[in-house]
Amino acid sequence: MKKFATLLIAGMTLFGGAALAEEGAKPAKGINYSFEGPFGKFDRAQLQRGYKVYKEVCSNCHSMKLLSFRNLADKGGPSFTVEQVKALAASFTVHDGPDTKGDMFDRPGLASDVFPSPYANPEAAAAANGAVPPDLTLITKAREGWHGTFNQLWNGIGGPQYVYSLLTGYEEPSAELEKEKPEGKYYNPYFQAGSWISMPPPLADGLVTFDDGAPNTTADMAKDVSAFLAWTAEPKMEERKQTGFEVLIYLAVLAGLMYFVKKKTWANVAH
Amino acid sequence: MSGPNKYQPTSAFGKWFHERLPIVGFAKDHMLDFPTPKNLNYWYTFGGILAVMLVVQIITGIVLVMHYTPQTDLAFNSVEHIMRDVNYGWLLRYMHMNGASMFFIAVYIHMFRGMYYGSYKAPREVLWMLGVIIYLVMMATAFMGYVLPWGQMSFWGAKVITNLFSAIPFVGDTVTTWLWGGYSVDNPTLNRFFSLHYLLPFVLAGLVALHIWALHVPGNTNPTGINIKGPQDTVPFHPYYTMKDAFAIVVFFMFYALFVFYGPNYMGDAVNYVPANPLVTPAHIKPEWYYLPFYAILRSVPDKLFGVIAMFSSILILLALPWLDTSKVRSGNYRPIFKGFFVVFAIVCVALGFIGSKPPEGSYVVWGRILTAYYFIHFLVILPLLGLLETPNPLPASIADDVLAKKKPMMLAPAE
Repeated sequence: MKKFATLLIAGMTLFGGAALAEEGAKPAKGINYSFEGPFGKFDRAQLQRGYKVYKEVCSNCHSMKLLSFRNLADKGGPSFTVEQVKALAASFTVHDGPDTKGDMFDRPGLASDVFPSPYANPEAAAAANGAVPPDLTLITKAREGWHGTFNQLWNGIGGPQYVYSLLTGYEEPSAELEKEKPEGKYYNPYFQAGSWISMPPPLADGLVTFDDGAPNTTADMAKDVSAFLAWTAEPKMEERKQTGFEVLIYLAVLAGLMYFVKKKTWANVAH
Repeated sequence: MSGPNKYQPTSAFGKWFHERLPIVGFAKDHMLDFPTPKNLNYWYTFGGILAVMLVVQIITGIVLVMHYTPQTDLAFNSVEHIMRDVNYGWLLRYMHMNGASMFFIAVYIHMFRGMYYGSYKAPREVLWMLGVIIYLVMMATAFMGYVLPWGQMSFWGAKVITNLFSAIPFVGDTVTTWLWGGYSVDNPTLNRFFSLHYLLPFVLAGLVALHIWALHVPGNTNPTGINIKGPQDTVPFHPYYTMKDAFAIVVFFMFYALFVFYGPNYMGDAVNYVPANPLVTPAHIKPEWYYLPFYAILRSVPDKLFGVIAMFSSILILLALPWLDTSKVRSGNYRPIFKGFFVVFAIVCVALGFIGSKPPEGSYVVWGRILTAYYFIHFLVILPLLGLLETPNPLPASIADDVLAKKKPMMLAPAE
C-alpha cells in the first residue's frame, strides 16, 4: 500500500511540474507582503495609504460595490477611527431617494453606505473607458498571478502580485508589436487578457502624497494599493488565520489524545 | 439487519419501549456490538470520514441557506454578504466549499481502497453498486452547488455540462430546454439547481443508510479478503473501531482545516470571483478538480454524442465491476500482477485529471485519447483476463492466523 501511495505522489509531482511551464501572460512579480504566510497580518499604515491611492486614482473609474465605508473601521482592516470613517464617507456624494415628495436627491455619504460607483451603469463605464473597468472589491481573488498546481500550493494564487505587476508593468512595445497595437490600448505583458489593456498607466511617481511621508514612487503606490485591495477582497483574513491557528492546536491535542485512547483500546488485541 | 436482538433492557420502561420499538437494541447491534474484522487498516477509516463529511456539509449548508438568495441578480452578492457581514459566515462558506473537495478526496480513497481489496466481489455486489450510485448523486449535488454562487465559472460550467444533454439524438434540445427551464442558463436554472442542491444531500443520507445496511448483511471485508471464520477474527465495532475512526477523523479534520484556514481558495477557480456574465466567456472553462478525469474522457472523443456516452460509461462501468473482475481472490495483496495494474490504473486516473485541466490542444489531445482508451481497457480487458491468467499467492487460513503471522517478524526485528 505504501509503495503505490509513493508512486501516486511521484506521478502527481511529475504532472504538477509540467503544469508550471504553461499559460499566456507573464507571471506576476513575486513581491512579498506582510499579510502572507500563516501568521501574516495587514500593515495598517499600508492599508491606509492604499486607501488613499484607491480614493484619489482608482475610484475615478473603478467601482467598489461590496465595500461599505463602515468596513474601513473594522478589526483586521485599515483601522480608521469611527470619526475618520464618518469624515471619509461624507467626502463622497451619494445619490439617494425617493424622498417624501418622490424626488431623488444627493447627500453626503454615511458610514453605512456602500462605496458609490463612478458610473451609473456598465454601459456608461464602457462608453467612457473603452471597456468596463472591473469592480475592484474582489479583484485580488479574481485574478491569478501565476499558474501550476504546486506553485499555487506553496506560493499562493498571487492575486495581489498580479495587481502590483499590472500597475507597474506598462512597457513600450517593441517595434514589431507596435504594428499590432489596437486603437486606444496600452501594452502591458502582465495583463491576463492578452497584453493590450484599455487602462492608461494609472500611476506616476509622486502622484499621491501620503500623510505619513512614506515614499510614493509608482512601485510604492502599487504595493500599497494592491495590499489595500487584498484586504477589500478578504476582510476577514486576520480573523481566519488566527482562528485557524487555534483550531489546529485544538485538533492536534485532540488527535494526540485520540491516538493514545485508540492505542490503549487495542492494547490486548493482536491486529 | 435480521436475527434476534441480543439487547436486554434493564429498566421497566426500557423493556416496555423495546417491545414496541426495538430501536435501542438495533443501534446497539449495529453501532456498538457489530462484529468487525480485527485487521482493518487506516484505508478502511474513510467510510466513517465520509459519513462525518456528509453531516458537516448538511449542517454548514443549512446555515448558509439562511443567508443566501437564489436569484441571478442577487446570488453573487449574497455569498459575499455571507463572507463579510454574517457572523462566522466566512468560516461556514469556506468549510462548505472546501468540504466538497474533502468529500471527494475521501470518496476517491474509499473507492480505490474498495478496488484494491476487491470489496465489490460476492456477496457485496449490491453494497458496491449502491456506492457507485452514491458517488453519482454526490457528483450531481456538487455540480449544482458550484452553480449557486453565480460566478463566471458557475455560469459557464453549468452551460457546458447541461449542453451535454443536447447531444442526445432527436430530443436533445428539448431535454436541454427542459433542464434549463428556458432557452438558456438563467434564473429558472439557478432556482431549480438550488432546490435540488438542498434535496439531494438528504437523498444521499438515505442511500448511505442503504449502503450501511448492505454492508451489515455480509459484514466488512478486510485486507486479507478472506471471510470471517469465527469470533477470534473479530472485535466489536465499539470501542475498537469507534476509537480508531475517531482518531482518523480528527487527523482528516486537520488536513481539512489547513485548507479552510490557510488556502481556502486553492481548490477553487479564481474566475468564480467574477460575477456571471453571459456575454463574456472565460478563457479556459474547466470544472472543479474532482470532475477533471471525466472531463478529459468527454473531450477525448471527437464526436459530441459519443463523448458524452464515453463519459457516462466511464462511471457506469463501475456498476459492472463485480462481474468484470473474474478473479476468485478478493484482496489485491495476494494478486502479484493485479497489484501492478492497479497502480498503473490509479496513475492513469490522476493523469486523466491533469489532461482535463488543460486546453484540448496538441499532445494533450493525443495523451487524453491514449489514457481514455487505457481506462476502458483496464475494466474490459485487463481485469477479466487477469482473473483467468494470474496465479495468486497462497491465502492465509484465517484472519487470526494472518494477524499472528505478521506479528512474529515484528517481534524478531523490533527495529522495524
